[in-house]
Amino acid sequence: MATPVTDRETRILGIIEKTRAKRPKFRDERITMSHGAGGKATAALIEGLLLPAFASPALDRLGDAGELTVGTAELAMTTDSFVVRPIVFPGGSIGELAVNGTVNDLAMAGARPLALTLSLILEEGLGADVLKAEIAAIARAAEVAGVKIIAGDTKVVERGHCDQMYICTTGLGRRDPRATLSPASLRPGDAILVSGPIGEHGTAIMLARGEFELGAEIVSDTRCLWPHVDALLDVCGPELRCLRDATRGGVASVLNELARASGVAMLVREAAVPVHPAVAGAAEILGIDPMHVANEGVFVAVVQQEKAEAALAALRAMEGGEQAAHIADVRTEPPGMVLVETAFGGRRVMDQLVGDPLPRIC
Amino acid sequence: MRFVDEFRDPELGRALAAEIRQTVDPGTHLKLMEVCGGHTHSIYRYGVDDLLPENVELVHGPGCPVCVIPMGRVDDAIAMAHEPGVIFTCFGDMMRVPGSNGTLMEAKAAGADVRMVYSPLDALRIAKSEPGREVVFFAIGFETTAPSTALTLKRAKAEGVENFSCFCNHVTIVPPLRALLDSPDLRLDGFIGPGHVSTVVGARPLEFIPADYGKPVVVSGFEPVDILQSVLMILTQLRDGRCEVENQYSRVVPYEGNLRALEVMAEVFALRPHFEWRGLGFISQSGLRLSDAYADMDAERRFSVPGVRIADPKACQCGEVLKGVIRPWECKVFGTACTPERPIGTCMVSSEGACAAYYNYGRFSREREVV
Repeated sequence: MATPVTDRETRILGIIEKTRAKRPKFRDERITMSHGAGGKATAALIEGLLLPAFASPALDRLGDAGELTVGTAELAMTTDSFVVRPIVFPGGSIGELAVNGTVNDLAMAGARPLALTLSLILEEGLGADVLKAEIAAIARAAEVAGVKIIAGDTKVVERGHCDQMYICTTGLGRRDPRATLSPASLRPGDAILVSGPIGEHGTAIMLARGEFELGAEIVSDTRCLWPHVDALLDVCGPELRCLRDATRGGVASVLNELARASGVAMLVREAAVPVHPAVAGAAEILGIDPMHVANEGVFVAVVQQEKAEAALAALRAMEGGEQAAHIADVRTEPPGMVLVETAFGGRRVMDQLVGDPLPRIC
Repeated sequence: MRFVDEFRDPELGRALAAEIRQTVDPGTHLKLMEVCGGHTHSIYRYGVDDLLPENVELVHGPGCPVCVIPMGRVDDAIAMAHEPGVIFTCFGDMMRVPGSNGTLMEAKAAGADVRMVYSPLDALRIAKSEPGREVVFFAIGFETTAPSTALTLKRAKAEGVENFSCFCNHVTIVPPLRALLDSPDLRLDGFIGPGHVSTVVGARPLEFIPADYGKPVVVSGFEPVDILQSVLMILTQLRDGRCEVENQYSRVVPYEGNLRALEVMAEVFALRPHFEWRGLGFISQSGLRLSDAYADMDAERRFSVPGVRIADPKACQCGEVLKGVIRPWECKVFGTACTPERPIGTCMVSSEGACAAYYNYGRFSREREVV
């Protein structure tokens, strides 16, 4: 081991951790693109401005969906807006994303998706064929996910005031009685799984924009994840601790959020993380870590260690789950931190991203 | 990935680490400086530090192109970006570097048309597709990136693109190294030489380090195995009482450099009499401007900018970090007032900056078992 850590360095690191553990403040003068990137600036916006304003316990949990009980019905509700550019990309399009994204947020709350609302914001001059194709994609994705579109709205804005089309969907689901999920329920010893190879959606969008002139064939992983969650609940039941889909900010952001919420540490084995070679190559060239790149059909599942093998087997039997892997374990110290054992044999911290590697990916 | 994975092989890393342990005299404490920010990033990214013995310390040098840009130049960039009709283009990291009154990213949110590009050619492409607008490219970097700026300017001239100009902040590596070696508070035993810069200038310009200052230099690649091998080569020189420039990165770096790149640089750029470096002050003949033949594409001539020298914030110790006098965490504001999300100093901005690399990757990496 290189230079040992001195008392003074330890003290300084302690101060940093205390600063980091505080609820982030929203102190910016204006909204910049980093507030939309899913990293630390986004956290400051949500936890520093929105949560204090609404004082809602369901919102404070910062889950993928909010929970409510109506009579005897245990429900989950969520909403999401889609502004991806370009609207059609290898492996999917904005319409398909608008259904899967919202349905998956319900699934991550352990809720079977039931119904969606659909709001369309259309730019003056949008081609009717483009719109028709997206409506067909929405209908197809809703059918696959087994949800009905039960309400909607349309608005048109002047040319230049939106980019072709934006979509907002709100989803309602019924919480599955087998699910007892909470981001605060992680315990030392638990196993952390990913449901498939990471970074494909973000990379596909990046390549589709044609800004890099890289000729790799990567398609978005957008898919409905409820069947995967259903299978996990079957084999794990209450030993399934928590689920998070690794969208903006990637797997790294999810792990950091969970480590903070549960006050635990995580140790990731970099060599165990499934990454498509073309994704690894593109990330290498651009100097970004695939762990920070967005997914639309990959989630992180935390399960009790004894259930890890069965959970992996269940995931690997599903389409899109063939490469599911056990990538990390929950530890005790240092609380709130995610560490990585690099494939090279060294060790480092894996933090949430700060900047904005790629705006408007969903 | 072929030609990459081989240089990240943990077996090879362990073997080199064992050899390093045998080569270094356990009674000494050695400080080696990696000049280049790319090395700093790799060292933290892969945990190379973990494999070195306790008495071999790596000190992070001044070779991060973002880190050396002084605040006044960022203010000038923001002033240009706010000029009517201007599209201001820069690399992503530069958008977050604070000037005396905000960053380019904040200028963008306030209405300036600031766009991130991955290469100067992207900026030229924007200029050609928007002929009614003035496109400025914020050029930064050492000899590594200067040739691509030079080629872009040559192409713009050849194609007669008149709405394209360059805000030139290119710098050269030798003068700051000399300034560093002349500084009295410095104690270093050897240098991990800049691989990318040497691809262009060759290894010969580094010969003054052993000749005038008696320190060994090994030009190094950027993968973890490269860095460990370079450390071993330096330690072997020290053990054998040799002191010379060696080239570990010979698969990429020709000893004489890239003559065509040097030619095009000589055509497009000229040396400034002096240039200000963040934390290091003015260093003579260390910066490049556009040559007289390209003066009409010089953004500093095309736009009037404040051009004011802004003193570094008092609390910021970037200079001492860049010189390797203090380690990142020893800075007064490290991790508290200065963080990657709200940087005071440039070293906290770029992933190649010593402070950002330590903050993002290095904390808790050493001597602290995870239970």
